Amino acid sequence: MIEELGTTTEGDLVINIGPQHPSTHGVLHLVVTLSGETIKNVEPHLGYIHRSIEKMCESLSYRQFIYVTSRMDYLSSHINNHGCALCVEKGMQIEVPPRAQVIRVLMGELTRLASHQLWWGAMAMDLGALTPFFHAFREREAINEIMEETCGARLTMNYMVPGGVMADLHPNFVTKVKAFIQLFRSKIDEYDELVTGNIIFQNRMKGVGRLTREDAISWGCTGPTARGSGVSCDIRKLYPYEVYAQLKFDEVLEYDGDCFSRYLVRLAEMRQSLSIVEQLIDNIPEGDFQAKTKAVLKLPKGEFYSRVETARGEFGVYIVSEGATTPYRIKFRSPGFSNLSALNHMARGHKIGDLVAIMGTLDLVIPDIDR
Amino acid sequence: MTNEELKQSLTENFSGAQFEEGGEWICMAVEAAQFRETAGRLRSFSSLDFDYLFCLTCIDWKTHLTMVYHFTSTKYRHMLVVKVKLDRNVPSIDTVCDIWRTAEFHEREVYDLFGVKFNNHPDLRRLFMTDEWNGWPLRKDYEDPVNMIKL
Amino acid sequence: MPEDQKKEAPNFPGQVHHTPGGGILVSSIDDVISWARSNSLWPLVFGTSCCAIEMMSTAAPKYDWSRFGFEVARATPRQADVIIIAGTIVNKMAPVLKRLYDQMADPKYVIAMGACATSGGPFFYNTYSVVKGADHVIPVDVYIAGCPPRPEALLHALITLQEKIRQGGKREQIKIDASKLEK
Repeated sequence: MIEELGTTTEGDLVINIGPQHPSTHGVLHLVVTLSGETIKNVEPHLGYIHRSIEKMCESLSYRQFIYVTSRMDYLSSHINNHGCALCVEKGMQIEVPPRAQVIRVLMGELTRLASHQLWWGAMAMDLGALTPFFHAFREREAINEIMEETCGARLTMNYMVPGGVMADLHPNFVTKVKAFIQLFRSKIDEYDELVTGNIIFQNRMKGVGRLTREDAISWGCTGPTARGSGVSCDIRKLYPYEVYAQLKFDEVLEYDGDCFSRYLVRLAEMRQSLSIVEQLIDNIPEGDFQAKTKAVLKLPKGEFYSRVETARGEFGVYIVSEGATTPYRIKFRSPGFSNLSALNHMARGHKIGDLVAIMGTLDLVIPDIDR
Repeated sequence: MTNEELKQSLTENFSGAQFEEGGEWICMAVEAAQFRETAGRLRSFSSLDFDYLFCLTCIDWKTHLTMVYHFTSTKYRHMLVVKVKLDRNVPSIDTVCDIWRTAEFHEREVYDLFGVKFNNHPDLRRLFMTDEWNGWPLRKDYEDPVNMIKL
Repeated sequence: MPEDQKKEAPNFPGQVHHTPGGGILVSSIDDVISWARSNSLWPLVFGTSCCAIEMMSTAAPKYDWSRFGFEVARATPRQADVIIIAGTIVNKMAPVLKRLYDQMADPKYVIAMGACATSGGPFFYNTYSVVKGADHVIPVDVYIAGCPPRPEALLHALITLQEKIRQGGKREQIKIDASKLEK
């Protein structure tokens, strides 16, 4: 049954963490009930960046609403756009050419790498280690430059359109990505040396924030949060889309369920993403980068759901269409929303420093939660 | 299980279940009064074992509201969509947050944006909007001339 | 004093008069204080959405903003000089922003970064919760366009703010005469 929500007794302290706080995950307001330094209850207050995106999308056309999802989970903006484009293509039965599929997967994996790099730097910064932040951003700039040449923007690029991608790859793309792969292989080992083996870091992360397998499923967690507890939920493996079915990569699972396992899952995912990019970069097929579609898209009457694996978990796009040029209702199933709801369960009984470690490994991006 | 086997199993277990056609997954329509019992059985029957609720939302069809639940099973990997029709003037339904813990936040969101009351929810209050906000923003008849600038 | 013995001091407001035995620097206190203020503005850590990532990139090694004096990003508004509003402001966040601004000590400056903080940005039409521009809440000194603006654009804005301070630029104070308000 449902646990009793932590009741406040005399002598308890109720403090606010946020909405403006230096961990830069966004604007998250936590009301924490403490007894001494031990946490009794954590209550997230959301809505400080609720930009009414779902209502806004009801008046945008099917080509236009894709830019908005870039701004939701801005660290995996390509993958979000990909999910939206897949949903529209499912509704209109559009066939995406092979070149466009490979380009989409490449961009998605590079974005996943960039997102995990920033996660690693920001999480270490939250725990007090400032140096990894600068290392992470130095490598992230390399990916941003590659994106900027092809897509035109560094962070929120609407490069995916229903039917393919918006423009062809820049001529320098292949050489730059190959140079990046060489650079990053050695850097990942550097990350391991800097942080993973550090005894202080391990003491802060091991045994903290345990999430059992049944709880992870019940709370709806997806992505590395759930894979750290042994739940196999990688959409790229279970319901493959684009060319993922033909690629060789592992789904990384750890079974301890604490912060350190989630950390190890993400580091290993960085290596897997790098290997996917390596497999694809020499084999980009020639052809069209965009399928021929009508200028004005109209989805037939019905409901369509498509899902992709972002850096945070399963991102679902649910479109209900009445046959018009704008959707009747769009629902974005964001991964952070469910991951955050498990925070109270994980943080009870720990200290405040552990709360910061748990939030760091959940990898929350608040605009994704608030939509 | 494939879609056909699942449909077979559902028709056996739930008398009076109605199915909607079209769409890639089985879609079952349930009455609001029987929803909680149905949900409990979907979770506990070992041949169905829907332990993962991955999407909970509501659609405003101008004459009525429809709640939409998307389930899947981590063991069998089959999917199910359950729809419940609600009266627009007094929309209320039983909560399922003791069966699937993820429903707590999702139901608060639906309450905040559509005004659907969930019976026996432990903590039903607004999630995204301020506590004093009037109106249910995502309903189709929501007017807000102060804040919304129409294109 | 002969004209050819007066020289401008490099990078410092004022004039140097060369006399036998050394030089005398003549300046005005206001200019010197403005010079000192502009070269050590400490920003407040305030990022709500995507522009915060570009702000973090500006703090990162490639586009380092500490070259310009923005070395320490303070978490508390009591110790910060400039607030860079990076991201969208919504109705629920506006009182928080006002409170942070009130907590900062004078002289304080505000930079509105990105399209959302300038005017509501891509969320202008058909949204019920977005404040269409941060200047509805607090007075702004410098606006930056872009969605998100490049780190170089943010650096340009910081330099513009520094020049505004050095030239003694002030915002108009909005004063409300309480006696004229209707009861």
